[in-house]
Amino acid sequence: MTALDTTPASTPTPARPRRTWVGVLIGVLLVVLSVTGLFVGVSDVSPASVLDGGADGHAAFLLVASRVPRTLAAVLVGASLGIAGLIMQMLVRNKFVEPGTTGVTEFATLGMLVTMVFLPGLAVVGKMAVAAVFGLFGTWVFLRVVRFVPVRQLVLVPLVGIMLGGVVGAVTTFVAYRLDLLQSLGQWAQGSFATVMQGRYEFLWIAGAMVAVAWFAADRFSVIGLGEEFATNLGLDYRKVVAVGMVVIAVITAAVLVTAGMIPFLGLVVPNVVSLVIGDNVRRAIPWVAGLGAVFVLACDLVARLVRFPYEIPLSVVVGVIGAALFLWLLLRRRSRAH
Amino acid sequence: MIALENVTKRYGRQPVVDDVSITFGGEGVTALIGPNGAGKSTLFGLVGRLLSPDAGRVTVDGLDVASTPSGELAKVLAVLRQDNHVAARLTVHDLVEFGRFPHSRGRLTTHDREHIEQAIGYLELDPYRDRFLDELSGGQRQRAFVAMVLAQDTRYVLLDEPLNNLDLRHMTEIMRLVRRMADELGKRVVIVLHDINFAASYADRIVAMRDGVVVADAPAREVMRPDVLAAVYDTPVDVREIDGRPVALYYG
Repeated sequence: MTALDTTPASTPTPARPRRTWVGVLIGVLLVVLSVTGLFVGVSDVSPASVLDGGADGHAAFLLVASRVPRTLAAVLVGASLGIAGLIMQMLVRNKFVEPGTTGVTEFATLGMLVTMVFLPGLAVVGKMAVAAVFGLFGTWVFLRVVRFVPVRQLVLVPLVGIMLGGVVGAVTTFVAYRLDLLQSLGQWAQGSFATVMQGRYEFLWIAGAMVAVAWFAADRFSVIGLGEEFATNLGLDYRKVVAVGMVVIAVITAAVLVTAGMIPFLGLVVPNVVSLVIGDNVRRAIPWVAGLGAVFVLACDLVARLVRFPYEIPLSVVVGVIGAALFLWLLLRRRSRAH
Repeated sequence: MIALENVTKRYGRQPVVDDVSITFGGEGVTALIGPNGAGKSTLFGLVGRLLSPDAGRVTVDGLDVASTPSGELAKVLAVLRQDNHVAARLTVHDLVEFGRFPHSRGRLTTHDREHIEQAIGYLELDPYRDRFLDELSGGQRQRAFVAMVLAQDTRYVLLDEPLNNLDLRHMTEIMRLVRRMADELGKRVVIVLHDINFAASYADRIVAMRDGVVVADAPAREVMRPDVLAAVYDTPVDVREIDGRPVALYYG
């Protein structure tokens, strides 16, 4: 217990003013990036051209059919993936888990493959449902497996998850290879908003609804984060809350997978950054995680569109690079703490 | 009162709590003592519905622990387990606030806030209320956990080895608080202790367990006898009177 003599330097109380301006910054960035995103692209869409062309003009059409959906999709994906990570971290009581490090995304991808093979004509919402069911099963498998890993083995838990994901991913790849579906699979594996248009992103509102569910049950998730014994002592039905959390995670993962594809690290990095600033009280953290997640994806999507302008690079590449760097920083920073 | 009727709990084939019938949790402080593996923590787990018995019935103020809704029990009985490892970065205030959950279900009323303030004040945690738990010393953190169960505002408070890993000063601090909670707030505290001298000086009654059965249950002074303690711990224990109080010597 070195906390007493080593930590007085690390902010006893005055954390509040700092919190406020970070919150304001996230809000401002959210607005600025959303608006910028609307007017960046190959075709000329600017506030002036939209006004010139009127409601029926080419620019206005592009804005409504492509740019607005794309921006909304980025916001919904960022917000919901952040929340999925946050909820997962509460359920597992480990800061290094998210759907992508626990096999959930891989299970959902396997679900996608299954629909491609057995139900190729299925509507997107059906594919999403199947992916969600697979994701739910994946969450269940992971939670079963980590029950045998001591909570304090911080790094072992995500390691087990990554191995689980590796096995499921290998099965998926093998099956896809044999059935000559690798290319279609690659489409899902590579997150991108390039194909997002009006009529092709609306499922993300379901992920948005899951964020609302998480917000509604925020205090319950906080209590779950204290562990089963605390939760039971406080009269909470542990299993029920875990079940709700699992559904939230699986549905968000599936909805993002069918619309944008895999987006790594986000669910890991965003809740961890928020945790550093304001802590893990879920009710307080949810707007921050959602906001920062949206800002993160909006920014990465802009980079993806601008780096090789007028061409696009996959969003998952940008997110991967920035996310991995941030993750590394978090890991090393954590180790340097006295705790 | 907390009552166990012929309660048995096995891990595998080994009974850890073996056909125990006991009523405890009267006014004041009850200390639960016994060697490692005697079944003390398991007993707490059974009372706190964290474990379900293989046989028998546990009731708290007549409420059957197995059938009463968990949320109702949480208003009567608070259990703090040992070795609380909270991975989440929560402030002291957050933690104490969660103690109100059985009453507030997440929506705090003025009444809830009063209880939170009272608990924080009672454990002298005011200067630390906005600190994260991982920024506290062991003693401060333990106090934060006690504040949480205090905010829960239950008649019974069960503390499982709250002195674990604490130094002399913090151990005494916690024991004084426990005594005050019993005397001033009318809490019925049941506390698992390894240091029998703490049990002797702060508890009204001592319950001793060994090999899954209750071997002694009497006012503190009557348990503090060489023959009783030697039988409980299976090791010679000398008891001397110092300033009119029994002190056990077991250092060699």
